[in-house]
Amino acid sequence: MILEIKDLYVSIEDNLILKGLNLKVNGGETHAIMGPNGTGKSTLAQICMGHPSYKIESGDILLDGESIIDKTVDERSRLGLFLAMQNPIEVPGVTNFDFVKAAVQTRMSKDEHLRIGKFILKFEKASQDLKMGQGLAHRFLNQGFSGGEKKRNEILQMKMLNPCFAFLDEIDSGLDVDALKLVGQNVTELKSNDLGLILITHYQRLLDYITPDFVHIMINGKIVKTGKDELIKRIDQEGYDWVKKELGIEDEDIKPYSLGVCPSKH
Amino acid sequence: MSNDNNMNFDHEYKYGFKTESKSVKQTKRGLSEDIVREISMIKNEPEWMLNTRLDALKAFYEIKNPDWGPDLSDIDFDDIIYYIKPSDRVERDWENVPQEIKDTFAKLGIPEAEQKYLSGVTTQFESEAVYHSTIQELNDQGVIFLDTDSALKEHPEIFKKYFTKAVSYRDNKYAALNTAVWSGGSFIYIPKGVKIEKPLQSYFRINSERMGQFERTLIIVDDEATLNYVEGCTAPIYSNNSLHAAVVEIYVSEKAKCRYSTIQNWSTNIVNLVTKRAVVEAYGHMEWIDGNIGSGLNMKYPSCILKGDYSKGTTITIAFAGKNQYQDTGAKMIHLGKYTTSKIVSKSIATRGGKVNYRGIVSQGKNAYGSKAKIECDTILVDRESASDTIPTNIVKNFRGQIEHEATVSKVSDDELFYLMSRGLTEDEAKEMIIMGFIEPFARELPMEYAVELNQLIKLEMSGSIG
Repeated sequence: MILEIKDLYVSIEDNLILKGLNLKVNGGETHAIMGPNGTGKSTLAQICMGHPSYKIESGDILLDGESIIDKTVDERSRLGLFLAMQNPIEVPGVTNFDFVKAAVQTRMSKDEHLRIGKFILKFEKASQDLKMGQGLAHRFLNQGFSGGEKKRNEILQMKMLNPCFAFLDEIDSGLDVDALKLVGQNVTELKSNDLGLILITHYQRLLDYITPDFVHIMINGKIVKTGKDELIKRIDQEGYDWVKKELGIEDEDIKPYSLGVCPSKH
Repeated sequence: MSNDNNMNFDHEYKYGFKTESKSVKQTKRGLSEDIVREISMIKNEPEWMLNTRLDALKAFYEIKNPDWGPDLSDIDFDDIIYYIKPSDRVERDWENVPQEIKDTFAKLGIPEAEQKYLSGVTTQFESEAVYHSTIQELNDQGVIFLDTDSALKEHPEIFKKYFTKAVSYRDNKYAALNTAVWSGGSFIYIPKGVKIEKPLQSYFRINSERMGQFERTLIIVDDEATLNYVEGCTAPIYSNNSLHAAVVEIYVSEKAKCRYSTIQNWSTNIVNLVTKRAVVEAYGHMEWIDGNIGSGLNMKYPSCILKGDYSKGTTITIAFAGKNQYQDTGAKMIHLGKYTTSKIVSKSIATRGGKVNYRGIVSQGKNAYGSKAKIECDTILVDRESASDTIPTNIVKNFRGQIEHEATVSKVSDDELFYLMSRGLTEDEAKEMIIMGFIEPFARELPMEYAVELNQLIKLEMSGSIG
């Protein structure tokens, strides 16, 4: 499959965030998107998934040549898109198990029945792989989870849902070295010709564990430079100023835009 | 309110009334002393009951509608038939049940045979058998489980000792009305030391014997006894009546324990005004598990009078207001004894323009020193059209009482929906899941089959298929 983002302009509350972004991801490829704070990396992930707070001004998002921008969030999910979120929401009263089960069932046709025994084994395996500890199934979704547990729980869901294209939005933030290694291993194991990965990160350290095929640098709402491993090293050592200098980009006065996610609403 | 007063109650008789329509008795439309006398006469009641009814009728005329809460001035007391001797089952044929109700039953997955049973066309012998065997077991332990009319005849002494002692007919206009015209209801007496751990259910009784507009329930749990009572079936109760005003009185004796679970799911043409109160003696524990899903306008505040020292009251309540619904519910805890404790957990949900209020009183009297109360009220609004108010009254009249009050109001946010939908759930499924999670603290207190049905009901309500 191919995910293609074409000349995309996206705004939120009249602030233009993405300004003509182009990206093409083939199934089996791993793309890393790096860039300073507030350049629209998370916006890219969220708009691809269909977050209602953002508005597409122009451009298109195509899945195998077909536009998905009129599709609802759940339709995109069922088409095979996945977003491991930076701030996973806590849902009190809903167990992790019930949630994942419901999610898996959305991918089944009406006459199909979930084979519960098989499902439980798969869930437990994924849970063990991510060292989520016993009792995860019966804990409420993300409630009282540590930052690291929440991130690992996102990967667990990804494992259970087998997406075609997965955005991992700063999956490395809040993870200690061991957890990072674990997440890296798990994601690497998921790599296949059927999975396109888009890793959004600030740091090299995640990319030590998940090797990208392409590295994109995003500044001021668009991808300004694309390369390979060598880019990661240079950014890690020198930051982004050299890119700006090289390409003659002026700093814009944009505040980092946060959607104000409050993970403990209840 | 509905003007159609073609009220048909289902009754399962012990006394074998004939089913021809000729045997149906009903009072004239409207309320008067004559009507009350007529009801009492038809029931062949002792004189003290007639006198109580007449006193209550006077109180009903004297007491005004509450000057707080929802407006009740629309209720036309002259347009109600207060008593029907139910017997005509032919009229209550399944075929005559409106299509929408049948559809609802079907959606709930209640099988046809059971649907017929619920509608009063009783062909369900199996359930009968189950019911009787349960009764036999209880009889052996000295438990009395009867409809309230029979209890008055068979156990007049116990009845007289407790009737109207927890809920005086002077308490409010609708308690007065109920006392004047009551009919049906459940009567339960658990003797000293008898512990009924398995829930005692009145699922079938309700749909056969107890379906009255003004039923009266009286429960006595004697010293060190335990009762776990579940009332009401969660399937939508159809009635084309306009007013339902019930009274539930419970006595929890020393060291006794009573749990009363119910889910009210009247159709939305019903105004539901129910007075529920328990008197709790020393070391006793009363628990109200109270669900409010149905009715157009609902006012219900289950109360515990914590009379004995170290007595305890717990109320876990949910209210769900959908389209055209106004739920004004809550709880009352009146601490009289020393070192009494109470806890209220209230969960309110409003969607599709519904209005849901929490209204509660926690009061700790002068002698209730060392008492503790905790109140948690959480409200969730599913959309912008829906509304909610939280109206708590907390009073401490001694220097060593303690009341803790927490309240939250939240909305189903875009971010929450986005998260759940990004895993494939539709918007409705996502909302439903958030709501189910929200009421989990209530649902987990219910027996399994009720929790499952509650689940189904909320799903139907959320999708707007009912009402």
